[in-house]
Amino acid sequence: MKRRLLLLLPLVGFLALGAFLYMGLSINPFERDSALMARDFPAFELATLEDPERVVDASLLEGEVTLVNVWGEWCPTCKQEMPQLLDLAERGVRLVGIDYKDTREKGSAFLDEFGNPFEVNIFDPDGTLGFDLGVYGAPETFLVDRDGVIRYHHTGYIKPEDVRDTILPEVEKWR
Amino acid sequence: MALMMRWLLCVLLLVPALGQAAVEVREFDDPVTEQRYRDLTATLRCPKCENQAIDDSDSPIAGDMRDRVYVLLQDGRSDKEILDFMVNRFGDYVLYNPRLEGRTLLLWGLPAALVLLGALVVILMVRARRRTASRRLSAEERARLDALINRERTE
Repeated sequence: MKRRLLLLLPLVGFLALGAFLYMGLSINPFERDSALMARDFPAFELATLEDPERVVDASLLEGEVTLVNVWGEWCPTCKQEMPQLLDLAERGVRLVGIDYKDTREKGSAFLDEFGNPFEVNIFDPDGTLGFDLGVYGAPETFLVDRDGVIRYHHTGYIKPEDVRDTILPEVEKWR
Repeated sequence: MALMMRWLLCVLLLVPALGQAAVEVREFDDPVTEQRYRDLTATLRCPKCENQAIDDSDSPIAGDMRDRVYVLLQDGRSDKEILDFMVNRFGDYVLYNPRLEGRTLLLWGLPAALVLLGALVVILMVRARRRTASRRLSAEERARLDALINRERTE
Protein backbone atom coordinates (compact mmCIF):
# COMPACT_ATOMS: atom_id res chain seq x y z
CA MET A 1 0.00 0.00 0.00
CA LYS A 2 2.76 2.36 0.98
CA ARG A 3 4.60 1.69 -2.27
CA ARG A 4 1.44 2.37 -4.23
CA LEU A 5 1.20 5.83 -2.68
CA LEU A 6 4.78 6.52 -3.72
CA LEU A 7 3.67 6.13 -7.32
CA LEU A 8 1.49 9.24 -6.88
CA LEU A 9 4.55 11.33 -6.08
CA PRO A 10 5.36 12.37 -9.69
CA LEU A 11 1.72 13.40 -10.22
CA VAL A 12 1.75 15.54 -7.07
CA GLY A 13 5.04 17.12 -8.17
CA PHE A 14 3.62 17.85 -11.60
CA LEU A 15 0.47 19.44 -10.15
CA ALA A 16 2.57 21.62 -7.81
CA LEU A 17 4.72 22.80 -10.73
CA GLY A 18 1.60 23.44 -12.82
CA ALA A 19 0.04 25.55 -10.05
CA PHE A 20 3.28 27.52 -9.63
CA LEU A 21 3.54 28.27 -13.35
CA TYR A 22 -0.17 29.11 -13.55
CA MET A 23 0.27 31.75 -10.84
CA GLY A 24 3.12 33.20 -12.89
CA LEU A 25 0.68 33.91 -15.71
CA SER A 26 -1.23 36.47 -13.64
CA ILE A 27 1.84 38.49 -12.62
CA ASN A 28 1.88 41.93 -14.25
CA PRO A 29 5.50 42.61 -15.24
CA PHE A 30 4.88 46.37 -15.08
CA GLU A 31 4.15 46.16 -11.36
CA ARG A 32 7.70 45.11 -10.57
CA ASP A 33 9.53 47.17 -7.98
CA SER A 34 11.96 49.85 -9.01
CA ALA A 35 15.61 48.83 -8.75
CA LEU A 36 16.15 52.08 -6.81
CA MET A 37 13.88 51.16 -3.92
CA ALA A 38 15.48 52.00 -0.54
CA ARG A 39 18.43 53.66 -2.32
CA ASP A 40 19.50 57.30 -2.49
CA PHE A 41 17.91 59.43 -5.18
CA PRO A 42 20.53 59.51 -7.99
CA ALA A 43 22.88 62.48 -8.13
CA PHE A 44 22.10 65.08 -10.78
CA GLU A 45 22.73 68.69 -11.68
CA LEU A 46 20.09 70.19 -13.93
CA ALA A 47 18.43 73.54 -14.55
CA THR A 48 14.82 74.10 -13.62
CA LEU A 49 12.06 74.47 -16.18
CA GLU A 50 10.97 77.75 -14.63
CA ASP A 51 14.40 79.39 -14.61
CA PRO A 52 17.23 78.17 -16.90
CA GLU A 53 19.72 80.00 -14.64
CA ARG A 54 18.75 78.06 -11.50
CA VAL A 55 20.63 74.76 -11.23
CA VAL A 56 19.39 72.21 -8.69
CA ASP A 57 20.79 68.91 -7.40
CA ALA A 58 19.63 66.01 -5.22
CA SER A 59 19.78 68.17 -2.05
CA LEU A 60 16.55 69.75 -3.37
CA LEU A 61 14.74 66.63 -2.16
CA GLU A 62 16.11 66.55 1.37
CA GLY A 63 14.37 67.77 4.52
CA GLU A 64 10.82 66.91 3.55
CA VAL A 65 8.93 63.92 2.15
CA THR A 66 8.56 64.67 -1.55
CA LEU A 67 6.64 63.09 -4.40
CA VAL A 68 8.70 63.24 -7.61
CA ASN A 69 6.64 62.92 -10.78
CA VAL A 70 8.19 62.26 -14.19
CA TRP A 71 6.11 63.83 -16.94
CA GLY A 72 6.32 65.29 -20.44
CA GLU A 73 4.14 67.32 -22.74
CA TRP A 74 4.24 64.43 -25.26
CA CYS A 75 2.70 62.01 -22.75
CA PRO A 76 -1.11 61.77 -22.94
CA THR A 77 -1.48 59.86 -19.66
CA CYS A 78 0.33 62.68 -17.84
CA LYS A 79 -2.52 65.02 -18.80
CA GLN A 80 -5.08 62.66 -17.29
CA GLU A 81 -2.98 62.39 -14.16
CA MET A 82 -2.75 66.14 -13.46
CA PRO A 83 -6.06 66.45 -11.52
CA GLN A 84 -4.84 63.75 -9.10
CA LEU A 85 -1.50 65.53 -8.66
CA LEU A 86 -3.26 68.86 -8.06
CA ASP A 87 -5.41 67.10 -5.48
CA LEU A 88 -2.30 65.76 -3.72
CA ALA A 89 -0.70 69.23 -3.71
CA GLU A 90 -3.88 70.66 -2.21
CA ARG A 91 -3.68 68.08 0.57
CA GLY A 92 -0.26 69.44 1.49
CA VAL A 93 2.03 66.94 -0.24
CA ARG A 94 5.23 68.47 -1.60
CA LEU A 95 5.58 67.70 -5.32
CA VAL A 96 8.59 68.12 -7.57
CA GLY A 97 8.28 67.48 -11.31
CA ILE A 98 10.79 66.16 -13.81
CA ASP A 99 10.01 67.45 -17.30
CA TYR A 100 11.33 64.43 -19.20
CA LYS A 101 12.53 64.57 -22.84
CA ASP A 102 10.68 67.79 -23.51
CA THR A 103 11.30 71.33 -24.73
CA ARG A 104 10.98 74.35 -22.44
CA GLU A 105 8.23 75.85 -24.57
CA LYS A 106 6.10 72.72 -24.66
CA GLY A 107 6.69 71.94 -20.98
CA SER A 108 5.67 75.45 -19.89
CA ALA A 109 2.61 75.39 -22.15
CA PHE A 110 1.60 72.05 -20.60
CA LEU A 111 1.70 73.51 -17.08
CA ASP A 112 -0.22 76.59 -18.20
CA GLU A 113 -2.95 74.43 -19.64
CA PHE A 114 -3.26 71.61 -17.11
CA GLY A 115 -2.18 73.35 -13.90
CA ASN A 116 1.05 73.25 -11.92
CA PRO A 117 1.04 71.21 -8.69
CA PHE A 118 4.86 71.24 -8.53
CA GLU A 119 6.98 73.35 -6.21
CA VAL A 120 9.64 73.26 -8.93
CA ASN A 121 10.25 71.34 -12.15
CA ILE A 122 13.61 69.79 -13.04
CA PHE A 123 14.22 70.15 -16.78
CA ASP A 124 15.62 66.91 -18.21
CA PRO A 125 15.58 67.31 -22.02
CA ASP A 126 17.96 64.38 -22.75
CA GLY A 127 16.38 62.05 -20.23
CA THR A 128 19.66 61.55 -18.32
CA LEU A 129 18.07 61.84 -14.86
CA GLY A 130 15.20 59.69 -16.08
CA PHE A 131 17.71 57.06 -17.20
CA ASP A 132 19.44 57.06 -13.79
CA LEU A 133 16.02 56.63 -12.19
CA GLY A 134 15.29 53.62 -14.41
CA VAL A 135 12.34 55.43 -16.00
CA TYR A 136 11.16 53.60 -19.12
CA GLY A 137 8.03 55.56 -19.83
CA ALA A 138 6.02 58.39 -18.37
CA PRO A 139 4.34 59.02 -16.06
CA GLU A 140 6.30 57.49 -13.22
CA THR A 141 6.21 58.67 -9.62
CA PHE A 142 8.74 58.25 -6.82
CA LEU A 143 8.29 58.99 -3.13
CA VAL A 144 11.48 60.33 -1.54
CA ASP A 145 11.83 60.56 2.25
CA ARG A 146 13.40 63.48 4.18
CA ASP A 147 16.85 61.87 3.85
CA GLY A 148 16.59 61.69 0.07
CA VAL A 149 15.97 57.91 -0.03
CA ILE A 150 13.46 56.47 -2.52
CA ARG A 151 10.67 54.74 -0.57
CA TYR A 152 7.89 54.10 -3.03
CA HIS A 153 7.53 53.83 -6.79
CA HIS A 154 4.41 54.02 -8.93
CA THR A 155 4.68 53.07 -12.61
CA GLY A 156 2.13 54.61 -14.93
CA TYR A 157 -1.14 56.38 -14.38
CA ILE A 158 -2.20 57.44 -10.86
CA LYS A 159 -5.93 56.74 -10.76
CA PRO A 160 -8.18 58.97 -8.62
CA GLU A 161 -8.62 56.11 -6.12
CA ASP A 162 -4.84 55.55 -5.95
CA VAL A 163 -4.49 58.97 -4.27
CA ARG A 164 -6.44 57.84 -1.23
CA ASP A 165 -5.64 54.11 -1.29
CA THR A 166 -1.89 54.06 -1.88
CA ILE A 167 -0.19 57.44 -2.33
CA LEU A 168 -1.46 59.27 0.77
CA PRO A 169 -0.87 56.28 3.12
CA GLU A 170 2.70 55.97 1.78
CA VAL A 171 3.32 59.70 2.30
CA GLU A 172 2.01 59.45 5.87
CA LYS A 173 4.14 56.37 6.53
CA TRP A 174 7.39 58.18 5.73
CA ARG A 175 6.56 61.53 7.26
CA MET B 1 11.37 52.81 -70.64
CA ALA B 2 14.16 50.37 -69.77
CA LEU B 3 15.88 53.16 -67.84
CA MET B 4 12.73 53.81 -65.86
CA MET B 5 12.38 50.12 -65.01
CA ARG B 6 15.95 50.09 -63.79
CA TRP B 7 15.27 53.06 -61.51
CA LEU B 8 12.13 51.46 -60.19
CA LEU B 9 14.07 48.28 -59.43
CA CYS B 10 16.68 50.30 -57.51
CA VAL B 11 13.97 51.95 -55.42
CA LEU B 12 12.29 48.61 -54.69
CA LEU B 13 15.57 47.07 -53.62
CA LEU B 14 16.00 49.89 -51.10
CA VAL B 15 12.66 49.21 -49.40
CA PRO B 16 13.87 46.43 -47.06
CA ALA B 17 16.75 48.67 -45.94
CA LEU B 18 14.27 51.39 -44.97
CA GLY B 19 12.47 48.94 -42.69
CA GLN B 20 15.58 48.56 -40.57
CA ALA B 21 16.32 52.25 -40.27
CA ALA B 22 15.53 52.19 -36.53
CA VAL B 23 18.83 50.53 -35.64
CA GLU B 24 21.66 53.01 -35.63
CA VAL B 25 24.88 52.67 -37.58
CA ARG B 26 27.78 52.65 -35.15
CA GLU B 27 31.51 52.94 -35.66
CA PHE B 28 33.86 50.72 -33.70
CA ASP B 29 37.63 50.83 -33.43
CA ASP B 30 37.95 47.06 -33.57
CA PRO B 31 35.79 44.02 -34.39
CA VAL B 32 36.05 42.67 -30.82
CA THR B 33 34.29 45.72 -29.37
CA GLU B 34 31.72 45.52 -32.12
CA GLN B 35 30.99 41.89 -31.25
CA ARG B 36 30.73 42.80 -27.56
CA TYR B 37 28.24 45.54 -28.47
CA ARG B 38 26.16 43.02 -30.43
CA ASP B 39 26.26 40.48 -27.59
CA LEU B 40 25.39 43.01 -24.89
CA THR B 41 22.48 44.54 -26.79
CA ALA B 42 21.18 41.03 -27.52
CA THR B 43 21.22 39.93 -23.86
CA LEU B 44 19.72 43.11 -22.37
CA ARG B 45 15.96 43.06 -22.26
CA CYS B 46 13.96 46.15 -23.08
CA PRO B 47 12.21 47.26 -19.83
CA LYS B 48 9.22 48.67 -21.72
CA CYS B 49 8.41 45.81 -24.06
CA GLU B 50 8.26 42.60 -21.96
CA ASN B 51 9.92 40.30 -24.44
CA GLN B 52 12.35 41.99 -26.77
CA ALA B 53 16.07 42.54 -26.51
CA ILE B 54 17.14 46.17 -26.80
CA ASP B 55 18.80 45.47 -30.18
CA ASP B 56 15.39 44.45 -31.50
CA SER B 57 13.17 47.20 -30.13
CA ASP B 58 12.05 50.57 -31.48
CA SER B 59 10.98 51.78 -28.05
CA PRO B 60 12.73 55.04 -27.01
CA ILE B 61 14.17 53.53 -23.83
CA ALA B 62 15.77 50.69 -25.83
CA GLY B 63 17.42 53.34 -28.03
CA ASP B 64 18.71 55.17 -24.94
CA MET B 65 20.10 51.92 -23.56
CA ARG B 66 21.88 51.09 -26.83
CA ASP B 67 23.42 54.58 -26.80
CA ARG B 68 24.58 54.06 -23.24
CA VAL B 69 26.07 50.62 -23.97
CA TYR B 70 27.99 52.17 -26.87
CA VAL B 71 29.29 55.07 -24.77
CA LEU B 72 30.32 52.76 -21.91
CA LEU B 73 32.16 50.46 -24.36
CA GLN B 74 34.02 53.47 -25.80
CA ASP B 75 34.89 54.35 -22.17
CA GLY B 76 36.61 50.99 -21.88
CA ARG B 77 34.22 49.48 -19.34
CA SER B 78 34.00 45.70 -18.97
CA ASP B 79 30.89 43.70 -19.88
CA LYS B 80 30.20 43.09 -16.21
CA GLU B 81 30.41 46.80 -15.39
CA ILE B 82 27.97 47.60 -18.20
CA LEU B 83 25.48 44.93 -17.06
CA ASP B 84 25.82 46.16 -13.44
CA PHE B 85 25.16 49.70 -14.64
CA MET B 86 21.89 48.62 -16.29
CA VAL B 87 20.77 46.36 -13.41
CA ASN B 88 21.38 49.22 -10.94
CA ARG B 89 18.85 51.31 -12.84
CA PHE B 90 16.35 48.90 -14.35
CA GLY B 91 16.65 45.85 -12.10
CA ASP B 92 17.30 42.16 -12.78
CA TYR B 93 14.40 42.32 -15.24
CA VAL B 94 16.75 43.52 -18.00
CA LEU B 95 18.98 40.44 -17.83
CA TYR B 96 17.90 37.70 -20.23
CA ASN B 97 20.53 35.53 -18.57
CA PRO B 98 19.90 35.75 -14.80
CA ARG B 99 22.97 35.73 -12.58
CA LEU B 100 23.85 32.89 -10.23
CA GLU B 101 23.46 34.34 -6.75
CA GLY B 102 21.62 33.60 -3.50
CA ARG B 103 18.25 34.73 -4.80
CA THR B 104 18.49 32.82 -8.08
CA LEU B 105 19.90 29.61 -6.55
CA LEU B 106 16.53 27.86 -6.83
CA LEU B 107 16.16 28.92 -10.46
CA TRP B 108 19.54 27.52 -11.48
CA GLY B 109 19.71 24.69 -8.95
CA LEU B 110 16.26 23.11 -9.36
CA PRO B 111 16.75 21.56 -12.83
CA ALA B 112 20.12 20.09 -11.83
CA ALA B 113 18.65 18.81 -8.55
CA LEU B 114 15.74 17.18 -10.43
CA VAL B 115 18.10 15.43 -12.87
CA LEU B 116 20.16 14.10 -9.93
CA LEU B 117 16.98 12.97 -8.16
CA GLY B 118 15.82 11.17 -11.31
CA ALA B 119 19.19 9.41 -11.69
CA LEU B 120 19.03 8.35 -8.02
CA VAL B 121 15.53 6.90 -8.47
CA VAL B 122 16.63 4.94 -11.58
CA ILE B 123 19.71 3.56 -9.76
CA LEU B 124 17.61 2.47 -6.77
CA MET B 125 15.03 0.80 -9.02
CA VAL B 126 17.65 -1.10 -11.02
CA ARG B 127 19.33 -2.28 -7.81
CA ALA B 128 16.06 -3.43 -6.27
CA ARG B 129 15.19 -5.36 -9.42
CA ARG B 130 18.60 -6.99 -9.62
CA ARG B 131 18.33 -8.09 -5.98
CA THR B 132 14.99 -9.86 -6.52
CA ALA B 133 16.31 -11.47 -9.71
CA SER B 134 19.39 -12.98 -8.10
CA ARG B 135 17.72 -14.01 -4.85
CA ARG B 136 18.30 -17.64 -3.95
CA LEU B 137 15.39 -20.02 -4.20
CA SER B 138 13.82 -21.21 -0.99
CA ALA B 139 13.70 -24.98 -0.30
CA GLU B 140 10.03 -25.06 -1.18
CA GLU B 141 10.60 -23.26 -4.51
CA ARG B 142 13.49 -25.56 -5.34
CA ALA B 143 11.30 -28.61 -4.73
CA ARG B 144 8.62 -27.14 -7.06
CA LEU B 145 11.20 -26.41 -9.70
CA ASP B 146 12.59 -29.92 -9.50
CA ALA B 147 9.12 -31.36 -9.79
CA LEU B 148 8.41 -29.29 -12.91
CA ILE B 149 11.69 -30.30 -14.56
CA ASN B 150 11.20 -33.95 -13.74
CA ARG B 151 7.66 -33.90 -15.07
CA GLU B 152 8.98 -32.73 -18.42
CA ARG B 153 11.60 -35.49 -18.45
CA THR B 154 9.20 -38.26 -17.63
CA GLU B 155 6.69 -37.23 -20.25
